[in-house]
Amino acid sequence: MIRFESVHKRYPTGREALSGVSFTVERGEFAFLTGPSGAGKSSVLKLIALIERPSRGQVLVGSQNTAQLPARAVPRFRRQIGVVFQDHKLLQDRPVADNVALPLIIAGVQRREIDKRMRAALDQVGLLGREKSRPLELSTGEQQRVGIARAIVAKPPLLIADEPTGNLDPQLALEIMRLFRRLNDVGVTVVIATHDVHLIEQFKSRRIVLGDGRIDAITQSSTAPSAQPLA
Amino acid sequence: MSLAAYFSRQAQTLVGSLGRLAAHPFASLMTMGVIAVALALPLCLELLLQNATALTAAWNEAFELSVYLDKGAGTARAEAIARELQARGDVAAVRLITAAQALAEFRDSSGFGPALDALNDNPLPNTLIVTPSPAASSPQGTAALKTAIGAITNVATVQLDTEWVQRLVALLELLRGVIRLTGGLLATGVVLVIGNTIRLDIQNRRAEIEVMKLVGATDGFARRPFLWSGIWYGIGGGMGSVALLGIMVAALAGPAERLALAYGSRFHLSFLDPRTCLATVLGSALLGWIGSWLAATHHIRAINPT
Repeated sequence: MIRFESVHKRYPTGREALSGVSFTVERGEFAFLTGPSGAGKSSVLKLIALIERPSRGQVLVGSQNTAQLPARAVPRFRRQIGVVFQDHKLLQDRPVADNVALPLIIAGVQRREIDKRMRAALDQVGLLGREKSRPLELSTGEQQRVGIARAIVAKPPLLIADEPTGNLDPQLALEIMRLFRRLNDVGVTVVIATHDVHLIEQFKSRRIVLGDGRIDAITQSSTAPSAQPLA
Repeated sequence: MSLAAYFSRQAQTLVGSLGRLAAHPFASLMTMGVIAVALALPLCLELLLQNATALTAAWNEAFELSVYLDKGAGTARAEAIARELQARGDVAAVRLITAAQALAEFRDSSGFGPALDALNDNPLPNTLIVTPSPAASSPQGTAALKTAIGAITNVATVQLDTEWVQRLVALLELLRGVIRLTGGLLATGVVLVIGNTIRLDIQNRRAEIEVMKLVGATDGFARRPFLWSGIWYGIGGGMGSVALLGIMVAALAGPAERLALAYGSRFHLSFLDPRTCLATVLGSALLGWIGSWLAATHHIRAINPT
């Protein structure tokens, strides 16, 4: 589903965020992207969602080489990826319902269908009944969950999340992780960037460990780190 | 996307953009006001043109031909010619001014009484004032009539004083050109004003556009509400300019009528015809669409989420 081939990312400021990163995430997999802050987790996610493009190397998403994707095709490409942002990125002047429904509206889904699916998504994150609230009336954790509802509402085959539990209490964090797990059970490929080691320990999933822009280790959480990054 | 879904989405965006304008009434009205004032100038000239055209049309009907007879032709002959002309289909009325009447009138009005007394003869000829029938009141009709009358025996000259009308028509043509030019310039101004307003709108909603693009919105999708805003600005401005003209006409109708009355005319300052009003509003909406399209296409493309 996702394949990084010796990817380098240098920002215009000169900072080299990624240097020679290679890894693969199979279709239907549930993987953690971890490492200390500044290790390059966000850069990896941005490259997957085509918010950034690699300086060198190749990023393949769903067998599509993102380098060959013209700017015109980017919107359609992004609709196949649900993204949960660390800073939520909600429309502050729109109610929760509109925020969650946005991907469906953009995709041109019928109105009745939109309403149904928007409610279903809100139900999954435990916010049913808050449709009319504005994001600013919600707590940070609730805003985070609105962001998650928006990411899953269009049922994308790939879900990527940047610190999705960062603002949630442990109980809620666990629930959200279980939600991601359930989505994974029905076939969604899930990649979660987090430094919450505690949480990772509770799931037997593969870990891609980044450190200073390089792959430090790729592990199964049940086994010891293999310390064998893909070449 | 089905057609029905497309239209329902358009309708939603349309109402949504209207709501957004209503949320900032002062700023929206300022923009519409600028457009209204800009469009009011060419409209004002158009109003002048429409009224002047109506006025000259009335004058065209009042064309008269002055037929001067030979000095030798007596009053009897003049009466005969008058009867002959009266019988023509393209003549509405003939009035005979005999040489004696003309002299008396001239003596009264000119103040040259004593000088005229010094003359042995009456130097003035018998004159016929011919009014063409309404059907023959066109420039061609009167010209044909003039030729026909000129061919009658004892007719010395036929005068059709249309030169001033031709000058007026040329002047109106020039005015029409001025309207087109100022209209074009100010239309460009409206496009720029709306484009600039939309640019500011886009800047204010930059974060929102970024979010939309992040979840897969095309530039076209992000642009749509701004296009509607531009159209609304245009419609509002166009209606404002028509309203401004209405106020001007109401203010000037009284003085214009008094002036016309002083010239013995029942001229009435009329408002723009409904077609011009409608064309103004629709044209202004089109300008709004063009301005917002230019600004939105350019500035939305430049916004990329980070």
